[in-house]
Amino acid sequence: MNRKILWLALGLIFFGAVPAGADAGGAISPADTAWLLICTALVMLMTPGLAIFYGGMVRKKNVLSTIMYSFFILCLISVEWVLWGYSLSFGPDRGGVVGTLANLGLAGVGMEPNGTVPGLAFMMFQGMFAIITVALISGTFVERMKFSTFFVFTLLWSTIVYNLLCHWVWGGGWLMKLGALDFAGGTVVHVSSGVSALVAALVIGKRKGYPEKTIRPHDLTLTVIGTALLWFGWFGFNAGSALTAGGLASLAFVNTNTAAAAAGLTWVFFDWSRHGKPTVLGICSGAVAGLVAVTPAAGFVDPMSAIIIGFGAGVFCYYAVSALKPRIGYDDALDVFGIHGIGGTWGAIATGLFASKAINPAGADGLFLGNPGQLLIQLAGVAASWVLAGGATFVLLKFLDAVMKLRVTEEEEDIGLDLTQHSESGYTVLE
Amino acid sequence: MKYIIAIIQPHRLEKVLSELDNSEIYLRTVTQVMGCGRQKGVTEVYRGNVEHGNLLKKIKIEIAVNENFVEPCVQALIRGARTGKVGDGKIFILDLPECVRIRTEERGGLAIG
Repeated sequence: MNRKILWLALGLIFFGAVPAGADAGGAISPADTAWLLICTALVMLMTPGLAIFYGGMVRKKNVLSTIMYSFFILCLISVEWVLWGYSLSFGPDRGGVVGTLANLGLAGVGMEPNGTVPGLAFMMFQGMFAIITVALISGTFVERMKFSTFFVFTLLWSTIVYNLLCHWVWGGGWLMKLGALDFAGGTVVHVSSGVSALVAALVIGKRKGYPEKTIRPHDLTLTVIGTALLWFGWFGFNAGSALTAGGLASLAFVNTNTAAAAAGLTWVFFDWSRHGKPTVLGICSGAVAGLVAVTPAAGFVDPMSAIIIGFGAGVFCYYAVSALKPRIGYDDALDVFGIHGIGGTWGAIATGLFASKAINPAGADGLFLGNPGQLLIQLAGVAASWVLAGGATFVLLKFLDAVMKLRVTEEEEDIGLDLTQHSESGYTVLE
Repeated sequence: MKYIIAIIQPHRLEKVLSELDNSEIYLRTVTQVMGCGRQKGVTEVYRGNVEHGNLLKKIKIEIAVNENFVEPCVQALIRGARTGKVGDGKIFILDLPECVRIRTEERGGLAIG
């Protein structure tokens, strides 16, 4: 009896919704909708891509646990987003700080237009960003974080940090009202995850043996595959953030590719000149750094600026990873802060330098176009991200450490997380 | 001359190698093997199918030593590999009649290094 009621209710909801959507169809652009849905799928693929990118860089005994962090987040935050994440991020604004729970469970989010696409499409596209932001943080605590604690941390961080920052910058919050420019997530995604990763590395502590023992990537071919999936997906990330299919998306697309390429080259040349050989890990890291840096700027600058942004990402991130990290001594295992934190900060600042209203009237002019004010606004956005992400992460981790412990035991760390956290092995020896 | 073969737990390798270094035994060969003794292995689960390992991952270390290094080598291996639990491993000591260094064709104790 209950089953029948359930099916009846679902049928009414579904068939009830269709006519309403069709009636309001006047503002919906099929081209924009198709484009945004494809971009949503591209960004979704970035999370498993990230899992593989990270997986190749850890030791063999931890490959599955590293992948599991990202994949689990894909499932967890997908559900969190449709329950309360979207509402807190994009719901009606309350005080410039957070959205209300008016859209809890996607109430009011349907096929009616949000801009020129159905509300569901916009919601889902944004959801993919929420997912990958949290997944990025996992790169810092690989090989030593307890899975159960990771699960709780992820859920709390996404709810408190991501949803709030997303609302501040894109959902009608105070940074948006201030005029901060962030095309696809320089602060919302990269600064937040990068700074959180730095704090996490400091709180959780170093892997056993670091830094005296060299901990090598066990399979860089996986990392290359991951990089390719990330670069490919990033077209959806940046060009999709135009929310329309046309000139702006095309510009973002070109800026994305150009910055990635310039940054990859820069990093390779640094490797080559400082260590005598260009490395695969270097070109992959460089390309990702460039993609990170161009993310906030992609729809506001011209391709020549994208080259400079990519070059800058190569320079600053290379320095952060190869000089800053060893000097300070934190074990940000997969350089989330060095690439996303620093890259995102540079990108947000670069937006304040190179943005041009002539290119995108919805944006603003940057410093190099005679408007120093925008740079200050960008700095405010960056600072707010640093404070929210860093502060909240610190409090969350300290609390969770006291309640359920952050790290696995030393013996579990020795044996490896695949076997001890998941009872699985990534590879077999004989068959 | 003796040829020493040690089968140890993979996660003790680092400790074992550093103990060997401390005893000034620097030449060694390491391979990954599967093996079992009396140890119950770590459980693996695949879609609900539970497998209690019977062949487990181990590490084999092979070292050629002169007589005066046999006991230091054995002690170093034990210090590095022992955890006190079943599964710590075994050390086999074989007689080694001859040893040749390929580069120089030195033989015997000199070649061991």
